[in-house]
Amino acid sequence: MIEVKNLVKKYGNHLAVDHLSFQIEKGQIYGFLGPNGAGKSTTMNIMTGYLGATEGQVMINGHDILKEPEEAKKCIGYLPELPPLYTDMKVEEYLQFVAELKKIDKKKREEEMEQVMKLAKLMDVRGRLIRNLSKGYRQRVGLAQAMIGFPEIIILDEPTVGLDPKQIIEIRELIRTLAKDHTVILSSHILAEVREVCDYIMIIAKGKLVASDTPQNLEHLMEGSEEIELTAKTTPENVHSILKKVNHLGEVELKETEEGTYAKVEVLDDADVKDDIFFAFAEAKCVLSSLQTKQVSLEDVFLELTGEEQSLEETTRNDRELIEESDRANRAADESAEEDESVEVDLEREEQRTTDECASEPGETEQVQIKQVSEEEKEDGSDL
Amino acid sequence: MAAIYKRELRSYFHSMIGPVIVAVLVAFTGVYFMAYNLNAGYPYFAYTLSGALIVFLAIIPILTMRSFSEERKNKTDQLLLTAPISISKVVLGKFFSMATVLLIPNLIFCLFPLIIKAQGNAFFLVDYTSIFSFFLLGCVYISIGMFLSSLTESTIIAAISTFGVLLVLYLWKGIMQFMPSSAISGLVGVIVLLTILVSYIFQMTKNWLISGAIEVVGVIASIVTYIVKSSLFDNLLGNWLGKLDLTSIFTGIVENNIVDVSGLVLYLSIIAVFIFLTIQTIQKRRWS
Repeated sequence: MIEVKNLVKKYGNHLAVDHLSFQIEKGQIYGFLGPNGAGKSTTMNIMTGYLGATEGQVMINGHDILKEPEEAKKCIGYLPELPPLYTDMKVEEYLQFVAELKKIDKKKREEEMEQVMKLAKLMDVRGRLIRNLSKGYRQRVGLAQAMIGFPEIIILDEPTVGLDPKQIIEIRELIRTLAKDHTVILSSHILAEVREVCDYIMIIAKGKLVASDTPQNLEHLMEGSEEIELTAKTTPENVHSILKKVNHLGEVELKETEEGTYAKVEVLDDADVKDDIFFAFAEAKCVLSSLQTKQVSLEDVFLELTGEEQSLEETTRNDRELIEESDRANRAADESAEEDESVEVDLEREEQRTTDECASEPGETEQVQIKQVSEEEKEDGSDL
Repeated sequence: MAAIYKRELRSYFHSMIGPVIVAVLVAFTGVYFMAYNLNAGYPYFAYTLSGALIVFLAIIPILTMRSFSEERKNKTDQLLLTAPISISKVVLGKFFSMATVLLIPNLIFCLFPLIIKAQGNAFFLVDYTSIFSFFLLGCVYISIGMFLSSLTESTIIAAISTFGVLLVLYLWKGIMQFMPSSAISGLVGVIVLLTILVSYIFQMTKNWLISGAIEVVGVIASIVTYIVKSSLFDNLLGNWLGKLDLTSIFTGIVENNIVDVSGLVLYLSIIAVFIFLTIQTIQKRRWS
């Protein structure tokens, strides 16, 4: 459907896209993931024909974007990073203009506009000037603009940036609806979002494609030795002596906390040792307050693949700082939620999803969800 | 093209720029009309128009300044350039919408000769040709302003640079009197013009070989020509550049009742050249 071959884009001496090649098949949601400045937007701009590539070729449905631009562009709906809106127009006027620009049949125009406005939930503001709309509504008008004419491929550059949690959920639902009969490509620097929505992830760093696979496979990619985390209400020495009796255990890391002792244990030979550990502690009449397998998350894959200079220790420290920060942010969000009923409902929905996610991915802590919230609050991914 | 033309035109009349331009041009011409034609009783409306020519210097930059610079600033050019429509159609759509704004006061001007006729003798042929030529000259200025707007992201810079260029064109005849007429200055002038052209070619192609070769061949050819027959360069600058005196083509109709067809062709060619340059500028930006 889309074929990108050996794409290079240079800005002076700066290499923004570095020999990028990939293929996109029909009917799936693709996610471009990468830190800020990785070349996501540039790649999308080249794919849609806004920019020319220094080298390489982009084929859309068999049409070269440079040699047959009009045929190729007809298959694409594009929402750039900043929605390209004429603020002196009314929503309806604007969509009418876009429909005309995209050469949609006069007879179908009215009907398609109605459809698109319903999908993007713009019916209430159809007669208002775009200048007077809020950021969320502007984003939706931009999305409606990309959808109009229902092109086969819809490309969205950071579609949820700067929106509140409620709007983010709505836009994600809309993207899922679209994916039923369109190919959707979206870019983001927010991992949780890509994981949530996409069937296929492409990780881009410094203009290069460093990994591309389904979210599950990417997580498997990193799985090496398994680790178990536990907390027991006793002293570190005790924990150490109890764990000594269990087979297939490697290095043990102990730390004294308020509740007792936290231990991180390496498991050897892929053995299932959780039961053994439980019984060992039971025999010693020692209370085990938590016991879980630590799984490699997509974050780890992402950081491993994109952050070459960052050492692992540094990243974990950053993670911890992030979690603390997001805890604070969460508390603030909770307080504000109490003031506003409608937001409370959404948070509940969020929580529902959090638990769902935990259920489907056992052992993975809430860290991911918390992190997502923090990233959304900060509106940028400079932390990655 | 029709979509862009309609949107632009609507935008001009939503934002007051359109009505203000029409009003200023008609009001200013109206004052001259009252003074020359009604009060003094001069039967040619064309003469009134030549007085109104100076208003172009103020209104054309305002008309053209937003055309491309604002699109670029607000990133709305992303919509136009990713839509299934060619760049030349985008440029033409914008150009025609601006020309239409200018056409409205010119259509109103068509009533003035009729008022003169009601008072006595009128010279319709001269008056209507001059209105047509006046409009065409306005379109030339619009194409220049549009080109300058496509070069920058700032509407202010676009407006001021357009004003500067139009002012130079307005004063062209006077400036040309200061051009040296000796053969050697003609040679230097030719080389300077050639270098400007070559640097533009280099800007567009970034190819040292082609631009360097053109420069070297051009310089050698002019020097050889100068040595062989230096009289060719006598008064050359004044002759060549004097042909670019755009306003005199219009005022020629007014003062001498002579329609210079080659001048009108020059108007159309300049419009075509600047539309072409605008398209090239936008194309080039995609690759830089």
